[in-house]
Amino acid sequence: MRLASRLGGAALSLVMVAVLGFFLFRVVPGDPVVSMTRGRPTTAAMQAELRAQFGLDRPLHEQFWGYFTSLLRGDLGTSFTFRRPVSDVILERLGPTLLLVGTSTVIAVGLGLWLGVLAAWRRDSAFDRTTTGVSLTLWAVPTFWLGMLLMMVTGDLFPSRGMRDTDTAPDFLSQALDVGHHLVLPSLTLVAVVCAEYLLVMRSSLLEEMHAPYLTTARAKGLRDDLVRRRHAVPNAVLPAITLVFLRFGLVVAGAITTETVFSWPGLGLLFYDALTGPDYFLLQGLLVVTAGAVVVMNLLAELLYGVLDPRVKVV
Amino acid sequence: MSRFNRSGVAGAAILAVAALVAVIAPLVISADELDVTRVTAAPWQSPGAEFWLGTDHTGRSVALLVAQGAGTSLFVGLTAAVLAVGIGTLVGIVSGHFGGLVAGALLRVTDFFLVLPALVLAIALSTVLPRGLGTIVLAIGLTSWPSTARMVRAQTLTIEARPFVERARALGGGHVHVIGRHVLPSVVPLVLVNATLAVATAIVAESTLAFLGLGDPTRISWGAMLHQAQLHGAVPQRAWWFLLPPGVAIVVVVLAFTLVGRALEAVVTPKR
Repeated sequence: MRLASRLGGAALSLVMVAVLGFFLFRVVPGDPVVSMTRGRPTTAAMQAELRAQFGLDRPLHEQFWGYFTSLLRGDLGTSFTFRRPVSDVILERLGPTLLLVGTSTVIAVGLGLWLGVLAAWRRDSAFDRTTTGVSLTLWAVPTFWLGMLLMMVTGDLFPSRGMRDTDTAPDFLSQALDVGHHLVLPSLTLVAVVCAEYLLVMRSSLLEEMHAPYLTTARAKGLRDDLVRRRHAVPNAVLPAITLVFLRFGLVVAGAITTETVFSWPGLGLLFYDALTGPDYFLLQGLLVVTAGAVVVMNLLAELLYGVLDPRVKVV
Repeated sequence: MSRFNRSGVAGAAILAVAALVAVIAPLVISADELDVTRVTAAPWQSPGAEFWLGTDHTGRSVALLVAQGAGTSLFVGLTAAVLAVGIGTLVGIVSGHFGGLVAGALLRVTDFFLVLPALVLAIALSTVLPRGLGTIVLAIGLTSWPSTARMVRAQTLTIEARPFVERARALGGGHVHVIGRHVLPSVVPLVLVNATLAVATAIVAESTLAFLGLGDPTRISWGAMLHQAQLHGAVPQRAWWFLLPPGVAIVVVVLAFTLVGRALEAVVTPKR
């Protein structure tokens, strides 16, 4: 029963994402065609043609129905700047983003949870104070600025633009090495910012468990300190931390937008930047629907995963 | 406890200095010194006796730009936080106090906006609305209220389950009485903590939007300076004096708000 309600809730959220994407770009003041063609010489006839092409001349409810039914078929409309289907443009840019976000998330989760456990276990030690202080500072650092700093500090050590050089040999190994070389700075930026968040979450989650009676029991049995930590405290504390990691997936998405913009990493984040500088409303709408949809799905996964990991929470 | 209070006091002191700079800067700095068309100094000067933080790509003093930018960042941070926390408190109390369909729907909407990446929504909003300070405030305020709403709702539910509220109801206290006399006073401390932390988030969000070129083009802000630095190649030119000051200013002020917020939190929830 609860599984059904979870799935229903997620489905409703997805519909709300679609509705939000539609109205955000149509109920705003001003004519979208006028703003999109701003700065380009256009005649009234050309604007009317554009309006007809994008269906903007039809009544709102017809537009919405058209938009919604095409969305269900996976059709996100046509990009104004690329003159191609939005879904094609987005699919093309998905790979680089998955590579960057995937690498960074794995490193950040591992590092953040590990350091968070150590910090909480030695609460108020010099290590705890340093890591908490550094995390709070990193939390205050704008992602894009950190990226620019890293770029300036490392100088010519790492490439700072794009994903690969044009003159790299075509074989797999050199290509992979080249991409890896380009990946260093953007992933370092993303890890630094996201890791701080995970560290603080894990730390406070473990602190909640620190005075639990079962730890006293474990110690009374004569278990060594690190066994008490590894076998008893951490397994209980890691569950809420893991769900929070999933719930803060939006944070990674936001970080990816600015990181990719700073390093010209050819993924969805840079596409966001292209869409807003255009401005290309249809591309932006597609990106909004896709990223928001992805976040909703990640949340559903987090809830289901939580049920699997923690038998006390019955989801199915 | 004492460590947090000490860092809280340090944060408050930093904020006082930042506020002072924000108020004094526009009075002291003449418009000529910040006008691209009227400055006479050479561009890209490294820090020296005349310009102790160097000059930007147009020859304006970086030190003066940072001082002038303080006002924009603090204004946007404070107003957006007030807007977000205001909406959050209203939604939280209403969905916590009134049960039934309204509460269910509000909770649904809150949870929906809670999981969506606020920055993505803020970017979309500020792209479609006309550029300006009001747009930035709206974009940040309208997208960052859900966490406050969640927290206020939880607190409202906790308070309303207490016997003294039941007693007030039994004596004939209406919605206005229960909310005004019992729920609001218990929610206010938490809301204040939340607002302080929300300012920190809002300032980072403002700088990010400005960096993406969505800021008010007529105003100097720290994020807008970094936007210019990126646009005109401060990184390849190694113009650290153009890149460091606005970023450090953001980090210091945001950290100050965070420290004050955490110190307040320790006071409001003493059990930790």
